[in-house]
Amino acid sequence: MSTNGHLLEAESIAKYYGNIVALKDISTHVNAGEVTCILGDNGAGKSSFIKILSGVHRPDGGRLLVDGEAVQFNSPRDARAKGIATVYQDLAMVPLMSVWRNFFLGAEPRKGFGPLGWLDAATAKRICREELHEMGIDIRDPDQPVGTLSGGERQSVAIARAVYFGARVLILDEPTSALGVKQAGVVLKYTLQARDRGVAVIFITHNPHHAYPVGDRFLILNRGRSVGMFDKSQIDLEELVRQMAGGRELAELQHELAVLRADAS
Amino acid sequence: MLPAPAAAGAIGMAETTTAPAPDERLVHVGPLTRILTRPDIGALLGAIAIFFVFSYFARSVDWLTDPGIAAGWTDQAAQFGIVAVPVALLMIGGEFDLSAGAMVGSSGLLLGYLTVFRDLNIWPAIAIVILFGLAVGFLNGIVVVWTKLPSFIVTLATFFVLQGVNAALTLNLTGTTAIQEIDKASGFDAARTIFATEITKYDFKVKVLWWIGLTMVGAWLLAKSRFGNWIYSAGGDPIAARNIGVPVARTKIALFMMTSGTAALMGIITALELRSIQAKEGIGNEFIYIICAVVGGCLLTGGYGSVIGTFFGAAMLGMVQLGIIYAEWDSNWTYTFQGAILFAAVLLNTVIRSRAQRAR
Repeated sequence: MSTNGHLLEAESIAKYYGNIVALKDISTHVNAGEVTCILGDNGAGKSSFIKILSGVHRPDGGRLLVDGEAVQFNSPRDARAKGIATVYQDLAMVPLMSVWRNFFLGAEPRKGFGPLGWLDAATAKRICREELHEMGIDIRDPDQPVGTLSGGERQSVAIARAVYFGARVLILDEPTSALGVKQAGVVLKYTLQARDRGVAVIFITHNPHHAYPVGDRFLILNRGRSVGMFDKSQIDLEELVRQMAGGRELAELQHELAVLRADAS
Repeated sequence: MLPAPAAAGAIGMAETTTAPAPDERLVHVGPLTRILTRPDIGALLGAIAIFFVFSYFARSVDWLTDPGIAAGWTDQAAQFGIVAVPVALLMIGGEFDLSAGAMVGSSGLLLGYLTVFRDLNIWPAIAIVILFGLAVGFLNGIVVVWTKLPSFIVTLATFFVLQGVNAALTLNLTGTTAIQEIDKASGFDAARTIFATEITKYDFKVKVLWWIGLTMVGAWLLAKSRFGNWIYSAGGDPIAARNIGVPVARTKIALFMMTSGTAALMGIITALELRSIQAKEGIGNEFIYIICAVVGGCLLTGGYGSVIGTFFGAAMLGMVQLGIIYAEWDSNWTYTFQGAILFAAVLLNTVIRSRAQRAR
């Protein structure tokens, strides 16, 4: 029993889809001001796992703990109420709408009372610019449509929005997968900004080169099982890549390739 | 808090607190470009162009300066523009309402029925008609939200149902195609003063004030209210909007109710103005409202548009309607004009929008 007060902890999580074992015996945790990376190839169970953490699915085994207390999420709303915000790949942003309108979408600041209350656009724009600036994102014009931002900038705005609306745990679902090298770097930078503001970050990726520079802890998944969890001090990038590719499998594959090459020559 | 890993420095941790350097990809956007990228600018330019086109072709009358002429085309424009306001909001919210035209007829006929055949005072009758409008809008909305069928189909069905009901019940009731003598209702004169009189010696209609007022309310809602933000998001990306906590279904139903409710208002205005109502009233105007909205910069796919632009779109179509008469052309050309305006507006708006996205 580990009730030593991790901000978010998953304990022996299991998930079955019919007779298919999607996840079995997965444990990890994250604390304020830390980044836990969840790595794995396609089909390793990353999406199933974050859907459990963010309240979309319920686990078939194991339990979730927030601040050391067992919790049960019946919907993403429950998770959000506990301060767990998920930034999905589709970002929940409307491309034709301006940055500030997107930033406050669904939680618009208002002036005046009741049905006559109007949108406090000046405050919204100011807070939006300040918050983004705080994260080191320089949006020149909050009236700019989100559709005109680059993929990396959009991710960064989504992260800033989650942080502003009180996320204690930020789950980032493959935030860098669709981005170019430079843009991915920008997103990694803002991930660290969020961490430095005391947010616990869970970073899902299949790219160890993106995970290693930002992570404090690495959980590697393969075919729904945990390959292992490593603190940064326990593992270097090369070993992380090797573990992720499935260590022995990769060695075998290299051996087979070598044989093939020998045959060919 | 753990120290930043060394590798993080390599991806630019250190430079975050320094003053942001201007991005070399950003070009200074001048005020002219800024104006030209507004969604409503095409409609304004179009309205000005049409005005001057008819100042030439309709020069047999004093098109440019005679207020009586202006009273004529603003009357016609208000006829389109009042319902076009909620139709535009609905389109920005990602939906259509093809039943709005027939609803004008249904509402006027209901008012006639209540006052002429049920001897109701005009005021409770007006209240009932407005409630009827809201109810039809609620039905349209709830069916669209529940069935997830395209609103184009759902409201096309409503349109045809209403069209049949209007014609059949009117014939049944009166043996003719209209309900007459609505002005015998008690309270008629007071109601007509508010909804359908002439307000100046040039015969400007009070309807025009309703048009301007509703446009202002619609524009305010869209730009300055939380509901406006929800409208944009419901049309722009309903799934994203729902994920972030916008009540998309409620927003859409409210928009349908506003559209049918305003169509009911237009039915009341028409019945009071003409003192009678034709069973065919409003039929065909559903597309005019949509043309006004599209000319005004609304995207057929939702998420983008302008109520102010829609106002100019209605002004444009009003001018065409009257201008063709004053120019002494065959009035059948009106449709051709409307089609050409629609096509030109869509082209122009597409150009403007792509500029809007490149200008930044």
